[in-house]
Amino acid sequence: MIIVDSLTKKYGGFTAVDHVTFRAEPGRVTGFLGPNGAGKSTTMRILVGLTPASSGTATVLGRRYADLPNPGREIGVLLDASAQHAGRTGREILTLAQRTMRVPRGRVDEMLELVSLSEQESERRVRDYSLGMRQRLGIATALIGDPEALVLDEPANGLDPAGIRWMRDLLRGFANKGGTVMLSSHLLHEIEVIADDLVVIGNGRIVAAGTKSSLLAAAGTFASAPDLTALSTALTGAGHTAEASLGGIRTDADAAQVGQVALAAGVPLTELRPADGAGLEEMFLELTKDNAREDVAA
Amino acid sequence: MSATMSNPVMDNTQVAESERPRAEHAPIPFRTVFGVELRKAFDTRSGFWLMVAIAATGVIATGAVLAFASNSDLTYDNFAAAIGVPMTILLPVVAILAVTGEWSQRAGLTTFTLVPHRGRVIRAKLAVTIAIGLASMALALAVGAVGNIVGTGLKGVDTTWDLSFTSILYIVGADLIGMMIGFMLGVLLRNSPGAIVAYFSYWFVIPTLTALLAANQDWFEKAQPWVDFSFNQNRMYDGSFDLTDWTQLFVTGTVWLLLPLAFGLWRVMRAEVK
Repeated sequence: MIIVDSLTKKYGGFTAVDHVTFRAEPGRVTGFLGPNGAGKSTTMRILVGLTPASSGTATVLGRRYADLPNPGREIGVLLDASAQHAGRTGREILTLAQRTMRVPRGRVDEMLELVSLSEQESERRVRDYSLGMRQRLGIATALIGDPEALVLDEPANGLDPAGIRWMRDLLRGFANKGGTVMLSSHLLHEIEVIADDLVVIGNGRIVAAGTKSSLLAAAGTFASAPDLTALSTALTGAGHTAEASLGGIRTDADAAQVGQVALAAGVPLTELRPADGAGLEEMFLELTKDNAREDVAA
Repeated sequence: MSATMSNPVMDNTQVAESERPRAEHAPIPFRTVFGVELRKAFDTRSGFWLMVAIAATGVIATGAVLAFASNSDLTYDNFAAAIGVPMTILLPVVAILAVTGEWSQRAGLTTFTLVPHRGRVIRAKLAVTIAIGLASMALALAVGAVGNIVGTGLKGVDTTWDLSFTSILYIVGADLIGMMIGFMLGVLLRNSPGAIVAYFSYWFVIPTLTALLAANQDWFEKAQPWVDFSFNQNRMYDGSFDLTDWTQLFVTGTVWLLLPLAFGLWRVMRAEVK
């Protein structure tokens, strides 16, 4: 369990993280979603003690991070896959982590195998690694201590589609065994397929948080018809919202209500479904955009 | 949208403090941090070749003394000096890279996450620096001794042991101070090229300038022992300090080494690691 309580970080007059409060539960994957510069990385750095907070607290498994006797055994952290000495080999970087955490030497080979880095690749210097390989190495470093929680900043960056699916399965399995997973992304689609819970951050503030299903439900219904204007008029006439969405209309009415309205208005529907991905994406863009505008005006 | 906005806090219905039973992990002992930092001094190309260079210059210097020195110059002092001078110049670079790698190469992101007490990591680096320094100097003295015995044997002259234990202590002390200056610059600048340039300026440029100044200005010649740390450090290689010399070393060392080091450490403890 990771608990972040009213965390705030100010740089002079600029508030990078503004009273951020959320928790990542064991057995669940919590997605930390926000555009670049929203405060995700700063929040994560504060969580692991690399950046001092201006106020507020963060605890991991009931303790401040700095109070963990051997942090790597309790929480695996990957903040930036490229932040490694470029002159070390992948195997050497894993060995340093293995020695620091005092876990058996065999864990190095186990982890290399887990993240599919070959013997040959592990002997190459990180300078010559692709971003995807660095991410795999970073995930191996995070997992080598067999921790109970994982904190990963943009772990899918640089992974190919097969790599993203691999990571999804890995994190799912980790959570299913009772582990706590927190991962950030600025790409909604990436996080949508992995996360159980979502925390959306924009300009340092939490703008939405909840289970993925509750946020998806809030996104309403997507409907399409040859005559969108007629459908839109009918929906607003019935007291529902109607917003133009990609190739259709997004409304707060549920599917049955949309069907009723369309039937009554004599508008044939060509599509009717929960406004999942697109809805959440619009919500994400809208929420973060609103916040951006406010701050620019202020 | 309003539905989600009005409920910005996650539903806390499942606040179960029933986390799975945890094994209490033992704290990481200092010797582990030391061992990892020692390994890090050798496991990169720059670190590895730096160590090779230190060893190689020692052997080349011994060969050079054998090849070029006149028979009367084949003394232990000359062997040890020939090996020690390149080492004196290169060892502080070891100290610099031990510190700056965490920032220049951003490896600190992992280091300070696995050991979330920067003071421990820095102390381990300092201990590693001193250990490498002492080991290198012991090696230099040993290689010099072998060179002295072999060299005088080959040329058929008497083997001269003209380096006293006290002189050795002065040399070791001066070399350690040099390494501490490298360490200080690393902590202060946290940038490999910057710290190395600053170190070589300290070692080559400043002594030349102060020597020039002292030669032309009487007042500076008198004041130099009280203000010029590198001047005092260099005097150590000649040994036999009296109380005034030690005081001068301490005063200049405080100003040019201890205070900047304290300031650098203070910043390292607080700075963000990015």
